[in-house]
Amino acid sequence: MNRIESPAASTANLQLRQVGKPLVRTDSPTKVYGTAVYAGDLTMPGMLCAAVLHSDRASALLRHVDTSRAEALAGVHCVLTAADLPPSQGVMTDMPGQTGGLTKNTKQPILAKDRVRFCGEPIALVAAENAAIAEQALRLIDIEYEDLDGIYDPFDALAPGAPIIFGDDNVVASYKVRKGDIEKGFAEADFIVENTFTTQYQEQAFLEPEAALAWVDEHEVLNIRSSTQVVEHYRAVADAIGLPHNRVRLRAEFVGGGFGGKEVMTIEVWLALLALASRRPVQLVQPRERSFLSHGPRHPFTMTHRTGVSGDGKITALQIKLTSDAGAYAKLSPYILLYATVGATGPYRVDNLHIDSVSAATNNLPACAFRGFGTMQANLACEGQMEEIAKLLGMDSMEVRRRNFIHTGDANVTGQIIRSAVWSDQCATQALATLGERPTDTQTTRIGHGVACYQQSYGRIRWMKDSSEAWVGVEMDGTVIVRSAVTDIGAGQSSALAQITGEILGVPMDQVVVYFGDGAVTPLAGTSTASRALYMSGNATKMAASQVRKNLLSCVAGYFGVKIEQLDMCDSQVFIIDDPQRSIALKDCVKLCAAEGVHRHNLAIFRAPTSEGIDPETGQGEVFPDFTYGAHAAQVAVDIETGEVKVLKSIGAHDVGQAINLRAVEGQVEGSALMGQGFALCEELILKQGRLQTGSLSEYLIPTSEDVPEIKAIVLESRSGLGPFGAKGIGEPVYAPVAASIANAVADAIGVHIFELPITPEKVIKALREKESTK
Amino acid sequence: MTDKETQMITEKRVDIQVNGQACEITVPAWRTLLEVLRELGHKEVKCGCEKGDCGACAVLLDGKVVDSCLTLAWNAAGRSVTTVQGLGGPDNPHPLQTAFIEHGSAQCGYCTPGMIMAAKALLDDIPEPSLKDIKRGLSGNLCRCTGYTRIFSAIQAAAETLRQQETTS
Ligand code: FES
Ligand code: FES
Repeated sequence: MNRIESPAASTANLQLRQVGKPLVRTDSPTKVYGTAVYAGDLTMPGMLCAAVLHSDRASALLRHVDTSRAEALAGVHCVLTAADLPPSQGVMTDMPGQTGGLTKNTKQPILAKDRVRFCGEPIALVAAENAAIAEQALRLIDIEYEDLDGIYDPFDALAPGAPIIFGDDNVVASYKVRKGDIEKGFAEADFIVENTFTTQYQEQAFLEPEAALAWVDEHEVLNIRSSTQVVEHYRAVADAIGLPHNRVRLRAEFVGGGFGGKEVMTIEVWLALLALASRRPVQLVQPRERSFLSHGPRHPFTMTHRTGVSGDGKITALQIKLTSDAGAYAKLSPYILLYATVGATGPYRVDNLHIDSVSAATNNLPACAFRGFGTMQANLACEGQMEEIAKLLGMDSMEVRRRNFIHTGDANVTGQIIRSAVWSDQCATQALATLGERPTDTQTTRIGHGVACYQQSYGRIRWMKDSSEAWVGVEMDGTVIVRSAVTDIGAGQSSALAQITGEILGVPMDQVVVYFGDGAVTPLAGTSTASRALYMSGNATKMAASQVRKNLLSCVAGYFGVKIEQLDMCDSQVFIIDDPQRSIALKDCVKLCAAEGVHRHNLAIFRAPTSEGIDPETGQGEVFPDFTYGAHAAQVAVDIETGEVKVLKSIGAHDVGQAINLRAVEGQVEGSALMGQGFALCEELILKQGRLQTGSLSEYLIPTSEDVPEIKAIVLESRSGLGPFGAKGIGEPVYAPVAASIANAVADAIGVHIFELPITPEKVIKALREKESTK
Repeated sequence: MTDKETQMITEKRVDIQVNGQACEITVPAWRTLLEVLRELGHKEVKCGCEKGDCGACAVLLDGKVVDSCLTLAWNAAGRSVTTVQGLGGPDNPHPLQTAFIEHGSAQCGYCTPGMIMAAKALLDDIPEPSLKDIKRGLSGNLCRCTGYTRIFSAIQAAAETLRQQETTS
């Protein structure tokens, strides 16, 4: 394995021919022709269908689970409950796919044993000849519950005397940040502004529900083909069911949307158990209403900002409290809370700072990863507060932002020095300018403009010691192969690797074949989460391709009697830059290499920067590799009679470092614009005493084609990121400011801020009434 | 097949044309067209909800777009079904497919087969759709990835291509 420190001479005169261009993604045709395969499309001879029984109580003892009637049903092959499980009795949910490192020891039972802690907790698994029989078997399982008191509010969970759901005190995680001198900061303030913001549960609502197929093969290897963001879960599957790691192979198909919801293990371990028990291939495709129970929505947060500001708009002190509802199991809540904590001050420099954050267990649905991972909630409060400060001071809110923006070289919340470009001002200014003139208000509509900036990390937490491997090789006929276990969750993950490799080796990207997503035979690449796939696997691929390029060029240099620096590669040819007529086809160049025994392939590993954690008392230390900055601006029309908010324009402007595929980048910005609009205005998972009330796509409303405003993506390139060619991560960052910009635009339209998301017509009307009555 | 007690017919043989190919299948009354199509190997017809909420399962039934999850297979008897694979392929792409590829309209791609069929029905009805027509025509098809903008632009481009083909033929 080669570790290449710098691409050096072989790529010195690389001029970008593919990178940055809006090229057709390699996965586009197969998706458009309907030939792309998703996990639910797979079939095998003798395949059984699985179904899962989920608890319909939120907090209860399981007195008795009787599966005898279900087992007796013709066509049922096996029924499993906690009593049938191997002793590990749990699956790790807090460190998806990581190759070691710290864990919080947050195992979640695979199936509930003596007690259910949330409504939807899995209790029994069935494998049967077909889906109809499996469903019928579920109805024949008899369960005797004894209801227990539950807790459905994180503040109740933290109150003294609360029933205990997690640990000794229901605290799933907490963080403290102590920076500067907050007393002094408040003493210096001319004004103090305090507000509390709340956000709701948001469901990923990927179009493809969880799906997977598992079987034991002829080598006694348990195979799983799944819709997952993380093939490294094969280890967690193996640990959970007591198999050696090398006997579980997890492969990811094209994923029909992930957004974090397919980050922690979802259905893989259930299928593993059923396949082992039945010795048959078993497939599960979760019906939509059970999909809602199978991953974990975005955490609701309550966020209080108490900000001291000087008369000229400078923040002198800031005290923040964040509380999130983790639900019944920890899952990734500790990490999500850390992201929220680091993101709590947005893209602003605050020298005198206190943050206290806590995530509490309740009997609600366990919340988990969702695009933005806590940062976007925290950012919403921060950006709403900016508007309130500006209003109090009678200043333009952009001016207040400008006085407080963090700059390259400044220390952020945790004292980490920002080393890449910070183009918050440029992005916000361009986004706002692109909104253009305001249409005039009518009798019943009020127009508002809003903007929000952000700071969102890309790459995993530094003490996870993240790495990604990739293999690049040129075949004997000059065609190119990339091997990487990266999962392709729809953002163009595999296509980007083809494009990068095509660039380095001078081959059209659509002629590069990427084998991806196989935890057993493609080099492990880590998760497609944390906006890290392009950053990490893009770097690894570029390193491997650059080494191959160097090997090829050194052969050709000898052949022509020139220096490597005099050569370039393009259109599957190697040529002399000053004399392009002298060239050699890639396939002939490969033969030269083969004759000389020069390697035509390379396996590279890219390692992210690491650190050892943060000080628990002060929260100081380096947490992330780097951050992305940008802004979103929105123009809304609010109907003051009905309270309805219509988004008219939605503009994202982001410094992406370097776009690899411009069209794919714009696609991320556009998709996030509408998803963020859903979060701001209409999406809300409603739980009553822990029970889901909105478990279908007709009750949980995501934006439709009729809700689409004019959306525009503005892409800025500082080339200062840690990714390939200076790219930054963008999948989550572009989403971070959207809801805040819409909330701010509504406040601008009606003159009063709504602190509680989603901004429904009822809340708008209520806010308008209150405003009237306080006049 | 008849149920012995009720004398009701519970299963029957139905002929369905799928993408121009005749298929004869025996199905019970309650089976949906979606289930049957997927069983026949038409995995390009996706399932996102089985309730008519998402449009991932949209196909053309005698040229009209339907959610196949809400259509009983019996109701498709003697009729013709078109899926996205029947619309075209790499060797004979439909202008909608070409435009979806060129505009980058598919991200995860799960909504794409249904989306394209809804778009096809729309263009058959309204060859020169306004943006508003397109938005309305796709209102039964959810997409979580793209924000729909590139889907709209692809449909506009395909409409233009189809109109040109019309005038030159
Ligand atoms: S699967 Fe038919 S509409 Fe969703
Ligand atoms: S492309 Fe993913 S749902 Fe439309």
